[in-house]
Amino acid sequence: MLPEFETEIEEPSAVAIESEEERRSRTGRIFSYAVMILIIVVILAPIIPIFIWAFSGRWFYPDLLPEEFSLRAIKYIFSPASKAAEAVLKGGSIALIATLLSLIVGIPAGRAIGLHDFRGKKLVLFLILAPVIVPGLSVLMGIHVAFIRFGLAGTVGGVTLAHLIATTPYVVMVMSSVFSNYDPEFEEQARTLGANVRKTFVHVTFPVIFPGVLVAGMFAFIISWGQYIVTLLISGGKVITVPLLLVNFASGADKPVTAALALLFLAPSIVIILITSKYLTGESAALGGFGA
Amino acid sequence: MEKSIPASGIISKTLRFEMFDELRERLHVPMLLLPAMVVIIVLFMGGLIMGLMQSFGYLPMIGKTDFNLNGYINILTDESFLQSLAVTSWIGFASTITATILAIVTALVLRQSMRGKRITTFIYQLNVPVPHIVGAIGIIFLFSQSGLLSRCTTQFGLTQAPADFPPMIYDKYSIGIIMEYVWKTMAFTGVILLAVLQGLGEDYEDVARTLGANGWQRLRYVIIPLLMPGILRSSILVFAFAFGAFEIPFLLGQRYPRALPVLSYEYYHDVDLGFRQEAMATSMIIAGLITILILIYMKLTETYVRSD
Repeated sequence: MLPEFETEIEEPSAVAIESEEERRSRTGRIFSYAVMILIIVVILAPIIPIFIWAFSGRWFYPDLLPEEFSLRAIKYIFSPASKAAEAVLKGGSIALIATLLSLIVGIPAGRAIGLHDFRGKKLVLFLILAPVIVPGLSVLMGIHVAFIRFGLAGTVGGVTLAHLIATTPYVVMVMSSVFSNYDPEFEEQARTLGANVRKTFVHVTFPVIFPGVLVAGMFAFIISWGQYIVTLLISGGKVITVPLLLVNFASGADKPVTAALALLFLAPSIVIILITSKYLTGESAALGGFGA
Repeated sequence: MEKSIPASGIISKTLRFEMFDELRERLHVPMLLLPAMVVIIVLFMGGLIMGLMQSFGYLPMIGKTDFNLNGYINILTDESFLQSLAVTSWIGFASTITATILAIVTALVLRQSMRGKRITTFIYQLNVPVPHIVGAIGIIFLFSQSGLLSRCTTQFGLTQAPADFPPMIYDKYSIGIIMEYVWKTMAFTGVILLAVLQGLGEDYEDVARTLGANGWQRLRYVIIPLLMPGILRSSILVFAFAFGAFEIPFLLGQRYPRALPVLSYEYYHDVDLGFRQEAMATSMIIAGLITILILIYMKLTETYVRSD
């Protein structure tokens, strides 16, 4: 009872004192709501037509909605003729292997950077961040000759290796921030209590870093899954992944099939949004690097 | 070193053990870094060095092994290359500046506690994991001359036919490309700034308010300087991407002049293998300009980094 009473008294007086500030903040609030509405419209605007086109039958200009809806495009991408299933399988397994490999090389590096200070750390950081900034095309055009010589061009293995350049930096970045909040004392204690290296890792280290590994893995997967030009260059069109199929259709005239393939391409992102939606509303910039 | 250890006895054993331990300690960090460094040095640095050598004319697969500057001279004296460079710079700067300004405004709005903030912030970050190619297709569906927007203007009688709608895809000013980059990177930068703002809290502003600073002064002299490291970091990433990415100008760009990454890929895929050197020179110029930018950025952050 008492606290309620108090706030009732205090509020009017506060308003009276800050009335000038209040008036100004009202126009501020209207501006803020306008910005919020704009954000929602702008972010959703390019996505919504993709959903409509994927399920549209005949849709003539200048109708705002299709004359009829149809599942033709969806059925088509599920039919063997579209090669979409093959592309999902190829692209998905490349992304899985690239994710696994970049976790294997990236977790130790993340630990070194997050936990230790050492000479040349700046240089190491520079080298690890460089592939994020320097375009993959420039790098891959240079190394393509070597890939051809070693028989890696046009193969799943070659494409996976090329994707590693893009995925590894993200894994290292995520894991180094995970390890910078990590207390290695627990490992020490486990070792003192008689756990060997493997047991310490399985029972102490891994459970603590697991959420970070999950985020890093999702990063890596979605980055590999989304690679277009690097895949095209190294595979020479012999290894078809979903973005290759999609770009092929995007320059054609079949909008419903393009849209349906775009949704297929988007599927892992949607899964990740659903998994991480808990964190998306809040205070973390952990997802900030996706797709960059 | 072997000499300093006594030849026998239990002491030597522990000493040996300690030495082994020390060695392991010293190699600990390098061993942790080794696998990732192999990936980056062999694949990434290797790729860049091989690209550099090819750009200077070392192309053994077509029987050329002499070093020369012909590739660079040819493209730098080529009108169409210079036009491509201009277009690409325009795309890079226009996208980065627009996206950064929008990111600052939206982050400042989303920082306030108000109704609908949670859902707006959720939607705000939705497109961060969306691939650029999907964004580009959405932009085509929206802004092409027979797209959704053109349908709207025709419904409202502002236009009569698709041709009346101003071209925003494959257009002279690269509007479609810039819109895609802004759409995708506004939230990317905004999320980073939002995290910085939430970390700062209200203290700095409260102090400034107590000292009599008005809203604009608090923004200009308190918030923006505190955001500067985040702004610089993210806008460098945005610029590097907008300058060097292939997909978006390939899907949304005009035929001529093409963006530099598209140009270099077309040189590379020319049936005339003689263009390989020009392709490599173009891609090295892209990588080089971006590297210069990173160096400027590192210099800038040195002056902007907070000393706390």
